[in-house]
Amino acid sequence: MLRNAIARRRKAPSFTERHSGIWRCLFDMLMFIIRTFEITNRLGIHARVAAKLVETANHFKAEVSLEKDGVEVNGRSILSILALYCPQGSRLTICTEGVDAQEAMAAFALLIADKFGET
Amino acid sequence: MSGNDPKKTFFIKGIGVSPGIVIGKAYLFDRLDAQVPFYKLSDPNLINLEIQRFQKALRDSEKQLLELKNSLSDLGGGMDPLYIIDVHIMILKDRKFVNQTIQNIRKMSVNAEWAVRMTIDKYREIFDRMEDDYLRGRISDIQYAGQRILANLAGKKRAAIDRGEKIVIIAADLSPADTAQMKLDRVLGLAMDIGGKTSHTTIVARSLEIPAVVGLVTVTRDVRTNDDIIVDGSAGVVIVHPDPEVRRRYEEKKRLYKIAQDDLLDHARLPAVTKDRHRVEIGGNIEFVEEIPSAIAHGADGIGLYRTEFIYINREELPSEEDHLANYRSVIGVKGLSWSTIRTFDLGGDKFYPDKKTSRELNPQLGLRAIRFCLKEVELFKVQLRAILRASAEGKLRIMFPMISGIEEIRAAKRIFFEVKEELLAKGESVGEDIEIGVMIEVPSAVIVAEELAKEVDFFSIGTNDLIQYVLAIDRINEQVTYLYEPLHPAVLRLIKQVVDVGHRAGIRVAMCGEMAGEPVYTMILLGLELDELSMNPLAIPRVKKIIRGSTLKESKALLKKAMSLSSSVEIRAFVEAVMRKRFPEEFQVNGQ
Repeated sequence: MLRNAIARRRKAPSFTERHSGIWRCLFDMLMFIIRTFEITNRLGIHARVAAKLVETANHFKAEVSLEKDGVEVNGRSILSILALYCPQGSRLTICTEGVDAQEAMAAFALLIADKFGET
Repeated sequence: MSGNDPKKTFFIKGIGVSPGIVIGKAYLFDRLDAQVPFYKLSDPNLINLEIQRFQKALRDSEKQLLELKNSLSDLGGGMDPLYIIDVHIMILKDRKFVNQTIQNIRKMSVNAEWAVRMTIDKYREIFDRMEDDYLRGRISDIQYAGQRILANLAGKKRAAIDRGEKIVIIAADLSPADTAQMKLDRVLGLAMDIGGKTSHTTIVARSLEIPAVVGLVTVTRDVRTNDDIIVDGSAGVVIVHPDPEVRRRYEEKKRLYKIAQDDLLDHARLPAVTKDRHRVEIGGNIEFVEEIPSAIAHGADGIGLYRTEFIYINREELPSEEDHLANYRSVIGVKGLSWSTIRTFDLGGDKFYPDKKTSRELNPQLGLRAIRFCLKEVELFKVQLRAILRASAEGKLRIMFPMISGIEEIRAAKRIFFEVKEELLAKGESVGEDIEIGVMIEVPSAVIVAEELAKEVDFFSIGTNDLIQYVLAIDRINEQVTYLYEPLHPAVLRLIKQVVDVGHRAGIRVAMCGEMAGEPVYTMILLGLELDELSMNPLAIPRVKKIIRGSTLKESKALLKKAMSLSSSVEIRAFVEAVMRKRFPEEFQVNGQ
């Protein structure tokens, strides 16, 4: 999914430059954001942290996927997130896609910057 | 150590964490490796029914977890397991998990139980490959959720023990959620595969005074429900299928233990006063606030050492100020306790540095720990100090700093302490005005500069375990040199005497909170040294009190004087033991101490 999304993104800018109105609106619906984070809390992504990620994803309509070392998983599956295996220092890429992709990404960024409320 | 013949008597050795002896029937609590039934679905039409059965088990499991969560939150106060229940619910609803299991049923035409097991096994494989111990251990959450589904598939409710007779619980380990569902008054004793001093089982067993042995490794494999079993929590042994001879011996042991307990407990609440009216204050050393009732029952006048380390370990995150506060509040204003001394953080910094390479110290006993760590990680230290100060608004508290080696450290610690106090006052928080501040005397240099330290504090508390180790240069982990560990070494006695003398000259109290304080064989020596307070493992108090009440200060001083005139530890030990045996034959015969 992430790869498809990247491919779409490459084509997208010229598309929006040329269109507005209904087209722009359609593009917004396809809006997606990719960001890579470093996981800095001491224990890494354990059960409670994974639960917080799922809860955050569930707050938004956007599709959320997480990627680490080339493995991509659904951001709403706690077990898949745990299975990604992200100890402290891991680099985790998050992709949000949909109308509220931006807000969702902001929420994830905040959560990770806050070390999930841990140390 | 187990026999294959089910009728044959065998024993398993573990760690006794809650003393006492019980004899009864075993009850195997929800064995982790319960046999999962396996069968093929003969008719393809059954597949959809099987999927429905699985989905119903999911719904039932979720409902039960929600109920459990509600009943636990009703209990209120510091129940950490609540969030983990949310995690388990989330696992039950995990689409990947559910779809995988349904696919197993569909593709392989197997029963739901087996399909669930296959899914869990797949995750186990993934988790087994993880390097990080902690994250690898999270498989237990998936297993827990899986077991609940399996229990619901089997159509029986989990756990609820509902049998008339009292039983000995056999389990791999018990979680707070498990014990919350148990009728603990039906539980005679506990025997666990895993666990240690800090495990939940241990805390529960101790606070309820149920004999318990943990760390038995194979007990859930070797014992079946209804087996006859003896749990000796004092010796840390479990005996399965005891033959009549063994049984009789243990019935006798149990009877004697009870008589000794009753006898000791009768004396436990009497004051620790010698025949010539010299009074010693008796403190209890505790690790968990749950131990307070037992400390009082065993005769503690106060808490002489509240080790706060367990607030930090055994949890995923650093404790918050509120976590600390909840604990400290419960040592205040307890009926029967005249004082409580909280010792600040006394661990190595390795608990907080996840990078094992930088945190591993060659000699952690001499490394960055206790007050050294706190003065480096001031913010962490302040959280604990704030909580202690806030708690002190509600009653009298004493605070002491561990591992002080010189005047700079106590001054720095005090400066931070008063800084925090000012900050709290500025914010309008109320704090206690009369917190007494003390230092642990456990580094030899602290003994040498005790006169200067005495000017800074309200009391000393001698930590003999570390003091002996440091002054005799013994690595306690190295078995080759443990024979050198000798509380009666003349150097140790002289150091203690020096601390007491300096403290008393400066007009401050001198306590002792090391293991030495709880060994009856040293009690008269310590009386002779005129320590103001002896703080010890609560279970040791009755015997020590008995010695104090049976001796005089005068004879204790004479004993000390003679002991200190001897030049070798061997002579001192032989002399002291001979005197104690003569003076208290009934106390020292049996154990040969």
